[in-house]
Amino acid sequence: MNKAMPDEQQFRAEVADWMERHLCGRFAPLRHRGGPGDEMAYPELRREWEAEMAAGGWIGLGWPQAHGGRDLPLALQVAFHEEYARAGGPGRMGHIGETLLAPTLIAHGTPEQQARFLPGIRDGRVFWCQGYSEPGAGSDLAAISTRCWLEDGEWRLRGQKLWTSLAHESEWIFVLARSTPGSVGREGLSFLLVPLDQPGVEIRPIRQMTGEAEFNEVFFDDARTAADCIVGKPGDGWRIAMALLGFERGLSTLGQQMHFAHELQLLVAAARSCGADRDVGVRRRIADAWIGLRALRANALRIFARGENATGPEALVYKYAWSNWHRDLGQLAMDVMGIAGDVPASEDPWRRLQQVFFFSRADTIYAGTNEIQLNIIAERGLGMPKG
Amino acid sequence: MSAFAIPTDEQRALRETATAFLAGHANARSGRDSDAALWQTMAELGWPAVLVPEEFGGLGLGIAEAVVLLEEMGRSLTRSPFFSTVALAQPLLLHAATEEACQRWLPGLAEGSATATVIAAAGLSPAFRHEELAIRACRRGDRWELQGCAEQVLDGDGADMAFVVAALEDGVCGLFHVPADTPGLQRSALESWDSTRPQGRWCFDAVPLPLEARIDRPAGFVAGVVHALQLAALLLAAEQVGGAARCLELTVAYTGERRQFGRVIAGFQAVKHRCAQMMVKLETARSALQGALAALELNEQAVASEIAVARVLATEAYRFCAAEAIQLHGGVGFTWEYDPQLHFKRAQWASHWFGDADTWRDAVADGVLGGVTERHQ
Repeated sequence: MNKAMPDEQQFRAEVADWMERHLCGRFAPLRHRGGPGDEMAYPELRREWEAEMAAGGWIGLGWPQAHGGRDLPLALQVAFHEEYARAGGPGRMGHIGETLLAPTLIAHGTPEQQARFLPGIRDGRVFWCQGYSEPGAGSDLAAISTRCWLEDGEWRLRGQKLWTSLAHESEWIFVLARSTPGSVGREGLSFLLVPLDQPGVEIRPIRQMTGEAEFNEVFFDDARTAADCIVGKPGDGWRIAMALLGFERGLSTLGQQMHFAHELQLLVAAARSCGADRDVGVRRRIADAWIGLRALRANALRIFARGENATGPEALVYKYAWSNWHRDLGQLAMDVMGIAGDVPASEDPWRRLQQVFFFSRADTIYAGTNEIQLNIIAERGLGMPKG
Repeated sequence: MSAFAIPTDEQRALRETATAFLAGHANARSGRDSDAALWQTMAELGWPAVLVPEEFGGLGLGIAEAVVLLEEMGRSLTRSPFFSTVALAQPLLLHAATEEACQRWLPGLAEGSATATVIAAAGLSPAFRHEELAIRACRRGDRWELQGCAEQVLDGDGADMAFVVAALEDGVCGLFHVPADTPGLQRSALESWDSTRPQGRWCFDAVPLPLEARIDRPAGFVAGVVHALQLAALLLAAEQVGGAARCLELTVAYTGERRQFGRVIAGFQAVKHRCAQMMVKLETARSALQGALAALELNEQAVASEIAVARVLATEAYRFCAAEAIQLHGGVGFTWEYDPQLHFKRAQWASHWFGDADTWRDAVADGVLGGVTERHQ
């Protein structure tokens, strides 16, 4: 058992102290807001919060120092996410740029791309979104049909991307598009960086079952980007896109679990205030929720204990486990509310719990549906036949 | 974040030895004749000594080593007094008996020259109440007298001795050492659906014991009993995880060979998804088990609730995996010849000893929500 290193304790105290001194005053309304299912909350203020965080030196913790990062070890990055969430830190508007695109550029980008794009991300000024899914390419992501081609020294794009969260708040999008005409599947794709503010790009919000619109459709109608805004070579797109997904190493996992713990606390408060906490059935379901969350934490610690370069069975099952846990929590919350849950609430705990109930239906769909997850577990974890 | 320990080289070696040894000595389908010899060989390997501190003649290793051994015993459906002696009686002595009793009895139990079991409330739930204790003890002058019948004593037909948590006067209880050959003790074997879990009945009708048979620690005795039963529950969770893992292995292997409609059935998504769900439950339980171990090693206050997490999830995983193993084996899964039925019976047995899942849930709920869950008895 490795006891927490003293400098981790010190680092945690530093994060907690900074959060206490900065997540207050005009930023106070952001506490516990803006996470998945709540991304419409305070967009302007959350942009300013990103700049505040950048000024505090909290963006790019894991990046190499040569690229303006702090090169902190994994344990401290995880500690940061945990303390951030513990303090009620708001959903991160910059997380796609910071945790997905930046590591991709550091690993596969040119020095010019790094110099051009990394500072904006690190300073909390420039926001990115991700253009992968399409109407015909969901679980079968390689079925992408958005096309791109070089014309007059520029890349041009035509097609449609879907489920693009934060597109309406972002300046740039990274896009997986087909550069080799007639290619199919993983071949012939390219990874492009495209500015959103141009006549060839149209963003339309998708109204979701919560009534809100956190996701968008992004239409490219002969949209343009510079010839050097491609990561890797033409045809390398699938490899780059998969590498990018690999950078999401679950650093924010424990932070996400702190949000879950907060939601569970809200549920306990709700159960107490309506007397459901005296019901044996409710008590046992709440116990199951608590047990499930502790197991998720243990699962995450198991993943980290293995180190950065090893993947064990616990990593394979994790997405399925947390998304279904969260969905069950939402259902339990509504069952606790009973008929009161039929009326949209404006205050916590009720407001947040209703959001969890509806939004958690998306948890088991995005980033690999339950069914895709089970395929991956069976094929990679158990060696069962494909297809 | 407190990172989990990676298994040491010694723990890895122990697991390899255990896997190979237990596979070669599977006894779930054979008669009881060889059970004593198996125990002796385990003793020669030092297994009964893992949990016992060196001052009492043990190896003084951690609970992690016991977990490794019990996982492998769960995997291979081993029938052995190992569980009752090592996972139950030894922790009870260490946490609830006097120093003299530990000196007196632990060396033999560590060496494997004797086996032992525990009698308390039926099913050995850590949430037992005083009035549920099966045996009562009364002081009669210069001796104790034991009265009552313990119907289902784990390994009760073969154990050399039992440590009996008996009810004394109102609300008080004590611990007694009772040799199996105590005059007046009526002992008989019981049949079990799970043939890997022998049980026996121990009946006392005014059975006299010398005064020194009472060995409870003067301070913190009941808390010590509760903690020992919680540790036994954790070690049973390890066995459940091992059993669940085996059910999954058997199922993946069988569906990978069985052909229908011109292909192996492991290629059908309906089959793959159910195996994947078995793996989700198994790995979740395994993570929880490691979480409880880490909490124990850090001596965290909340260790009981971490054990609850491991125990509830291991119970769920083993029952689910055993039932799915039968279903996915199809017709042969229902036969005596194939192993899923043995796991199914063991999973059922394990689900309600040392506190069933609802008992543990209620303990968690009381901690999270306050108040006390009213349970219908």
